[in-house]
Amino acid sequence: MNALLFLALPYAAISLFVAVTVYRFRERPFTVSSLSSQLLERKRLYWGSIPFHWGVVLILLGHLTALLVPRGVIWWGAVPLRSWLLEGSGAALALWALVGLLVLLWRRASDPRVRAVSTGMDYVVLLLLVVQLASGLWTAASYRFGSMWFAGVMTPYLWSILTLRPRPELLVDMAWPIQLHVAGFFVLLAVFPFTRLVHILTLPLGYLVRPWQIVVWPRRARALRRRR
Amino acid sequence: MNVRAQMSMIFHLDKCIGCHTCSVACKNLWTDRKGTEYMWWNNVETRPGTGYPTGWEDQDTYRGGWQLAGDRLELRLHSRAGGLANLFYNPALPTLDDYYEPFTFRYQDLFTAPAGDDQPTAEPVSMLTGEPIDIRSGPNWDDDLSGSDIYAAGDLNLDALDPEVRAQFEEIDRVVMNYLPRICNHCLNPSCVAACPSGAIYKRGEDGVVLVNEDKCRAWRMCVAACPYKKVYYNWQTGKSEKCILCFPRLETGQAPACAHSCVGRIRYMGVLLYDADRIPDAATAKDPADLVEAQRSVILDPFDPEVIAAARAAGLDDGWLDAAQRSPAYRFVKDWGIALPLHPEFRTMAMMFYVPPLSPVVSTLERELVKLRIPAEDSDAEVFRRIDDARLPVRYLASLFSGGNEELIRQALRKLLAVRALKRRQSVEGDVDAGTLGLLEQAGLSLEDAEAMYRLTTLPTLDQRFVIPPYHREVSIEAANDPLARTGEAGFGSVQGPHRGG
Repeated sequence: MNALLFLALPYAAISLFVAVTVYRFRERPFTVSSLSSQLLERKRLYWGSIPFHWGVVLILLGHLTALLVPRGVIWWGAVPLRSWLLEGSGAALALWALVGLLVLLWRRASDPRVRAVSTGMDYVVLLLLVVQLASGLWTAASYRFGSMWFAGVMTPYLWSILTLRPRPELLVDMAWPIQLHVAGFFVLLAVFPFTRLVHILTLPLGYLVRPWQIVVWPRRARALRRRR
Repeated sequence: MNVRAQMSMIFHLDKCIGCHTCSVACKNLWTDRKGTEYMWWNNVETRPGTGYPTGWEDQDTYRGGWQLAGDRLELRLHSRAGGLANLFYNPALPTLDDYYEPFTFRYQDLFTAPAGDDQPTAEPVSMLTGEPIDIRSGPNWDDDLSGSDIYAAGDLNLDALDPEVRAQFEEIDRVVMNYLPRICNHCLNPSCVAACPSGAIYKRGEDGVVLVNEDKCRAWRMCVAACPYKKVYYNWQTGKSEKCILCFPRLETGQAPACAHSCVGRIRYMGVLLYDADRIPDAATAKDPADLVEAQRSVILDPFDPEVIAAARAAGLDDGWLDAAQRSPAYRFVKDWGIALPLHPEFRTMAMMFYVPPLSPVVSTLERELVKLRIPAEDSDAEVFRRIDDARLPVRYLASLFSGGNEELIRQALRKLLAVRALKRRQSVEGDVDAGTLGLLEQAGLSLEDAEAMYRLTTLPTLDQRFVIPPYHREVSIEAANDPLARTGEAGFGSVQGPHRGG
């Protein structure tokens, strides 16, 4: 069971994620879209989308920090007050995101226009995210100071997976909400390329630096202009 | 000098009869697919009116176009960072209700209804949800409703009028209106391109057509809000933005766009305009909105000027394009005669579709519920000419639409149109040209030859004179990468991917 969830699943998920994502971006670029439904409904989207997105983005950045600079997180948490501050804001963001997510789920299920353009995968993604946020919040509430033990257990585990020297035994003794959170992440990773989640990879940071106007020339005309 | 070519369309509003043939031709060609039912890449709105989508000219709400910040331009919609911050929710995006919810009728019910005493009905259903719908709005919902309190009163351009003139006009607008056909303006300084976070929208260098790369579009939908003309639409089915493509597949094969080709009133002209891309920034940042039309005209180059021709050749334009530029009806209307003006130049996108402002019906007043001519019958031409400011469509209203508030530009255009009309009436009724008519021409700043040319191009043009489409020589650009013969044999083969929503 342990090997299945924390050894087979991660590698299957990562393989799917990489292979299918690459295939989809290369061969099916038309399908890559955030599939916004703001045109159809905007009030509830406002109350759902903004809290959910900003909450999740900030939390994910927190997780990433713990993965990349665990020492820094431990150093920060060495003072109890700072530790409480970190945990408190993390939990608050998660709660904010969860509320937004539930609004989005409610919106998708109840607004006739949005329902009309929803696919099964849209609901799968929303439900998986609910599980993820709920298990994360549970962990934060019941197994206090994750920012400290994350560096001791999760960071080595994730790096062991990424460096192809898997140590699934690290997670054997973890409580089940934590195990659920980890397994849920890999399930999300596995479905990622099959869903609208691919829009995360298209975050258009290039917009900050590109010129305002874009002019495209046909090949021959471009060659002529270059020769000039 | 950085010479580029632009395919431009001229709309002669005096000739538009508001039949919507253009809209239907466009819809049948391009937007009869699921998710595009509500889109009208070409639409015809009744003026005064609020247009489509409702109130599109109100940039305080929709935040389209550019605004001056000091002597630089910035998008009214967002800064670069602000654009990224608004990815999750775009406050200025219109909703479907600002257009209308597309609907159809359950015609099948007419055949399958059980026998009974009542006539079976075809119930209206939404094309989006399939549920029965209470129809509140639809395509051309305000067609010909210019006298109504709902639509005409909401026209922002009326705010430019003095209260007194406005009151008079609202009395008179029960008997006067005009039509405004609109497509994408394929601007020189497009704000949709600038607003797209993914960089999916671009302007074609060769002919200036603005297109959305659907493979790069990620549905951030900034373009919809940023276009001040609301001519970029969001396909709710595929999750991609779509817009007028100026029928480029037709242009590339030497045909006029479907809207122009199908025009019953033959109000549309199509031709090449050469412009200097280096002068765009200066022209778009003219301080006074009233100077914007002149600034834009100065960017458009004379295709007969040897210097321009040399620069155009150096820029890769071949003789076919130069010849088309010299025969272009767009150049005649916009530069030679100066009677075609861009729609709402104050949006500073430098729209490249131009309008000949309409001559409204003869000057009249309302007395005791009766519309009366206020001009003496004798010498009526000269009298109408003198009283352009008394026209039923106030000059200031037209100025608000077409010249950034510059009334003199509108007067100049109307005087020319009136002078040509006076000349031709004199010629056909009296068989001669008298000094009075020549005087009108002179006041309008028209030579007899120009007046004759204007008359011929307005009333008697052949298809080839209306639409001067340059040879695109697509095969040449294919040559760069493929063997044309091999390409001919292969075209049409390969796997077809339908436009599927999401994964």
